[in-house]
Amino acid sequence: MSITFDSSTPEGTEDYLQVLAPDGTRHPCPELDHWVEDLGIQDLENLYIDMACIRRLDTEGTALQRQGELGLWAPLLGQEAAQIGSGRALEHDDFIFPSYREHGVAYCRGIDPHDLLRMWRGAAPSGWNPYEVNMANQQIVIGAQTLHAAGYAMGLKFDGSNAAAITYFGDGATSQGDVSEAMVFAASYQAPVVFFCQNNHWAISEPVTRQTAGYIADRAKGFGLATWRVDGNDVIAVLAATRAALAHVRTGTGPAFIEAVTYRMGAHTTADDPTRYRDALELEEWAAKDPLDRVAAHLDSLGADLEALKERAQQATDDMAAGLREAITTMPDPEVDDLFAHVYSHPHPWLEEQRENYANYLAGFAENAEASK
Amino acid sequence: MKTLTFSQALNTSLRDSMEHDAKVVLMGEDIGKLGGVFRITDGLQKDFGEHRVIDTPLAESGIVGAAIGLAFRGYRPVVEIQFDGFVYPAFDQIVSQLAKMHFRSRGNVKLPVTIRIPFGGGIGSPEHHSESPEAYFAHTAGLRVVSPSNPQDAYTMLAQAIADDDPVIFLEPKRRYHVRGEVDTDLVPEPGSLYRAKVAREGADLTLIAYGPLVKTALDAADAAAEEGIDIEVIDLRSIEPVDFATLSASVRKTGRVVITHEAGKFAGVGAELAASLTERCFDHLDHAPVRVTGFDIPYPPAKLENHHLPDLDRILDGVDRAMRRNAPLLGEDG
Ligand SMILES: Cc1ncc(C[n+]2csc(CCOP(=O)(O)OP(=O)(O)O)c2C)c(N)n1
Ligand SMILES: [Mg+2]
Repeated sequence: MSITFDSSTPEGTEDYLQVLAPDGTRHPCPELDHWVEDLGIQDLENLYIDMACIRRLDTEGTALQRQGELGLWAPLLGQEAAQIGSGRALEHDDFIFPSYREHGVAYCRGIDPHDLLRMWRGAAPSGWNPYEVNMANQQIVIGAQTLHAAGYAMGLKFDGSNAAAITYFGDGATSQGDVSEAMVFAASYQAPVVFFCQNNHWAISEPVTRQTAGYIADRAKGFGLATWRVDGNDVIAVLAATRAALAHVRTGTGPAFIEAVTYRMGAHTTADDPTRYRDALELEEWAAKDPLDRVAAHLDSLGADLEALKERAQQATDDMAAGLREAITTMPDPEVDDLFAHVYSHPHPWLEEQRENYANYLAGFAENAEASK
Repeated sequence: MKTLTFSQALNTSLRDSMEHDAKVVLMGEDIGKLGGVFRITDGLQKDFGEHRVIDTPLAESGIVGAAIGLAFRGYRPVVEIQFDGFVYPAFDQIVSQLAKMHFRSRGNVKLPVTIRIPFGGGIGSPEHHSESPEAYFAHTAGLRVVSPSNPQDAYTMLAQAIADDDPVIFLEPKRRYHVRGEVDTDLVPEPGSLYRAKVAREGADLTLIAYGPLVKTALDAADAAAEEGIDIEVIDLRSIEPVDFATLSASVRKTGRVVITHEAGKFAGVGAELAASLTERCFDHLDHAPVRVTGFDIPYPPAKLENHHLPDLDRILDGVDRAMRRNAPLLGEDG
């Protein structure tokens, strides 16, 4: 595929690296091909199953919110290739600093459904121990996590580690000062960090053109980062670019940036109504670039047994859905004492007093209720 | 008189201010086509255009900094911060720039910027969506901080804040957005009334001070206390900075007892300032030390625990019991 550049159409979707076209045909892509030479039919099938699983995870998340089991859910629909392609390129020791939408990356980390849903249910401020899975907790403050990734990577560099950091953020986030500052820090210390921007074209109701007049990836070049702009709905391209970026940052010569051009097919969150601000035609256009369909079509052209694959996918996604439902029905509500836990790492007299007073207050209530029976 | 929800009152007030003064511009994330995540700016971009209702890039420091620049140029920007927890990226622009420009320019540069912030909890949101940041701003010289508690005040106070030549932090109690009330849009407020407290309910035994989201809870508590023979005077503070100490002191001198409630934590909160200042001013009239009923000094908890954190009717009544030296107060002498 020839790479063209036309800055007059920043929202254009042609000017990126692509390996698998939407119809499933594979073209030569000299920049990326050698990073995925090892990829066989079996691997492609696994990527397909992964994407099917996180799509199901997403459908279930939305359904659980509708049923009142979750307070909120941020759909990843449409971004399966971006999350699986990058998530599957990571080594265990690499550390992830995500936003709030990376359920697919969390899935790649093997994060338990319990832990994934806890925050969305409103049962705890976060779900998992970052050190157990090498992934920080979800970040809601837009862009803040990118600086944490830069700092973590500075530490990796100072320690002489071969691991890398990767941080996920959206197109909207690129407007935050924190994200620019993170690139400055990372570049200044040649820190081993990959900035992974999922340009899903929307920041709630604002199109990406509100955040940038050019390509997001070009901004990163200005900071001196090694940069890839890829078709974010092409799991092979994303996998290849992330492998390339990780290899680059591990050389210690500087950070890298990937702009994965994709599309948020769902609402921003379950609290959002996208019909207020975007065109149904745009959705249709992107539905034709579905990340799963193209892998299926490609596997078909390679002579894989599609029927068997879809059966496997069905089984895996059903298991996943059952796990999620089980997680929700068995998740205990938080204890009142959790209010005061972990605010500080060692006892705090003022807070301890509030905790005790409130416990007495609740106990007094219970006694009064008992007495008036 | 019209019956409007709190959010419709804000929307109408913005519309009227924009019609009245062509220099009034709105800025914020998703305030255009979407009308804001709470729909406070619904329909305004359609009617006033993209240069008066400005969907900004996703950067709060940028929004406030650019609003300062527009104000320098003679505009009167009204900024929407999407949620309380997202004002912090703009903290430097608010505290070091917006608050101090008039002083630094020796009065030559006025920055009539209004920063609207949906604040407080009670809507079951994830973290960073339920904060009560008023004390940070009240502590900063050069900023005025107000919070309406009902649709009429939402309408009137917003218009007054926009018309004010000083920067105003305008805190909107988001869990009250849906309440309805009578709104007189022709009401001409007295000059300076934006910074005056209101006696929301008269009473003789105790002064209960609240603002924003908790005024309704305070009024409910007063009704409940009345059934037990305690006559509570409820004061809607309205302005957190400056505080209308004339109204507050007059009430406390009359009742001799004061309970202050807010959602924010107790330590170095607005209640601490009110308690200290009222003690200084009314010491000889007090029958009991001021009592504070507040959120705990913790990060805002997850949704399933927020009802424990937020002062409710029972906790306010417990504070009232303490101030009245009644029964055995459940929360202990120091709450
Ligand atoms: C500092 C901050 N400002 C505002 C918000 C509210 N908000 C949540 S998500 C969002 C849009 C984010 O868009 P983008 O970065 O493109 O990520 P996407 O949601 O598309 O994944 C906004 C404005 C926030 N969470 N944090
Ligand atoms: Mg986006």
